[in-house]
Amino acid sequence: MKTPVNAIRCTGWAGKNGIGIARRLRNNIAMGAMVMSAVLVIAPLIMILTYLAARGAGSLNWAFFTHIPTPVGENGGGMANAIAGSGMILLIASAIGMPIGIGSGVFLAEYGRNRLGDILRFTADVLNGVPSIVLGVTAYSLLVVTQKHFSAFAGGVALAIMMIPTISRSTEEMLLMVPHSIREAALGLGIPRWRTIVSVVLPAAKSGIVTGMMLGFSRVAGETAPLLFTAFGNQFWNWSPTRPTAALPLQIYTYAISPFDEWHRMAWAGALVLILLIVGTVAVVRLVTARSLYKVMV
Amino acid sequence: MPKFQFAEPRALGPVAVAAPRRVVGPRSWRSADPGFRAAMAACSFSLLVTAILIFWELLSQSKLSLHQFGFRFFAGMNWDPVSGDFGALPFIYGTLVSSLIALVVAVPLALGSALFITELCPKRLKGTVSFLLELLAAIPSVIYGLWGIFVLSPLLRQYAETWLETYFGWTGLFEGPPFGIGMFAAGMILAIMIIPIIGSVAREVVLAVPMSQREGVLALGATRWEAVCLAVLRNARTGILGAVILGLGRALGETMAVTMVIGNTPQVSKSLLAPGYSLASVIANEFSEATGDLYLSALFEIGLVLFLITLIVNGLARVLVWSVTRGMPARANV
Repeated sequence: MKTPVNAIRCTGWAGKNGIGIARRLRNNIAMGAMVMSAVLVIAPLIMILTYLAARGAGSLNWAFFTHIPTPVGENGGGMANAIAGSGMILLIASAIGMPIGIGSGVFLAEYGRNRLGDILRFTADVLNGVPSIVLGVTAYSLLVVTQKHFSAFAGGVALAIMMIPTISRSTEEMLLMVPHSIREAALGLGIPRWRTIVSVVLPAAKSGIVTGMMLGFSRVAGETAPLLFTAFGNQFWNWSPTRPTAALPLQIYTYAISPFDEWHRMAWAGALVLILLIVGTVAVVRLVTARSLYKVMV
Repeated sequence: MPKFQFAEPRALGPVAVAAPRRVVGPRSWRSADPGFRAAMAACSFSLLVTAILIFWELLSQSKLSLHQFGFRFFAGMNWDPVSGDFGALPFIYGTLVSSLIALVVAVPLALGSALFITELCPKRLKGTVSFLLELLAAIPSVIYGLWGIFVLSPLLRQYAETWLETYFGWTGLFEGPPFGIGMFAAGMILAIMIIPIIGSVAREVVLAVPMSQREGVLALGATRWEAVCLAVLRNARTGILGAVILGLGRALGETMAVTMVIGNTPQVSKSLLAPGYSLASVIANEFSEATGDLYLSALFEIGLVLFLITLIVNGLARVLVWSVTRGMPARANV
């Protein structure tokens, strides 16, 4: 890479240290703009968190966690069924998505240093960018239509598909950080390759893999679009994974676009609970690992 | 018996000695290798299978609409479920315009903050600023939407939109009553949502530029800004373009937040303040109410369009980003 020397122009009067006033001014303006843009980027975050805390906290009470929604016009009620439903859907998604994601990461790191691996990595990145609503529609026509009813299971599968690329990439990255000498030491002792991976390499990368799993989880925990036509939502309790199920993000959406003030209040409270869950996960991840794993998320 | 003896192998540590005794088992264990490899490969191939399955399902479900309308689907202005006439132009227009507004706002801010973190920020603040950026990315779409409806859109209506109308109304882009809900609001929300994506990828790319490049330019007497321009941006431009396209891909497919603030009116309007509709929102709003095979099929075709657009955009972005960062060693906390 070549840098043209003559592009550094010496304009203006030579001031202190030989740097012209115009150049110094331009430098200061540009540096100021960088600081300003960082401030402007962080401002909406502060605003959103402040509003969530202010409006959400007022509506949070014990009933929110123990009661199911009340009909329009009746006060009180809560989102207990939505919290439980979200828990069930996320459990299904994690049970499907995490093992497959980790397995895929293992393959890409240990066996995928070739053309085939490149293709699969590229697929993972592309799948990561597929809009969540498209996943929801596909899950609808593959699962809901064939089973003939909306279900928490279909929602869980849709979320698992979102989870797999993230976890696969982060697992791969963590495994690649394990030094080669450790693998060679194990293989040199006559241990089969699979046992080397399971008993030596994976334990060495354990904390990083867990981090990736939590990031994958936090990414899908707030997803609404894939659940619209799969889990569908439910105003009542439901413990069966084969029936329509309420979810926290769905309930927030329904309440937010409704015309009732009481429901708006509930939406803010639900949003506060959801953000605490997600920010909590991200913060724990950040505390546990110094390294930023963010880049595998985008 | 020699005086000097080598230490027992045990002294090398528990792994060296204990591991083989525990791990090496019957011969048959070795034959598990191909099986293990196949199982892991199956996990990985599920990605490819999923991608193909999504494409196949969308294609087969939208067959009816593809046959009925052909290319007219993309040029038709009319979206009328009652008479069975479906044209997707208003949705394509809304998606493109709101995403472009988002890019115009987000790219300078995201680049500025990425450069702030890598070039300017004092070490102590670096972690905090990066963490806040990550947090911005972690906020769910539906919460952005909620905030958009109740906080951002009143603010836009009261201040920004009236201001734009007074000073830039002559361009024709800012006309009509300021609702606070519309393509402009959708663009702003999208901008906030894609800033952390563009910012973090741009940060990675900028960090991939070797320090010696900056040092060389600075040693020639450049100011810091000139060093950023000549050494950093010049070398990282391909990757930065990739970051921007990645952000565009995210904006094109974003659903919930856009649905909540764009106004959901299928029209093509020159004014950015007018309500619009996007590809993703029309699926979100109408899919569960769609009656009739043709209506459903038209919505599937919109899903197919969305899938293909994001496929191309993301693929392009990845190629660009990889061309810059590939081969870089994993970096410690940045």
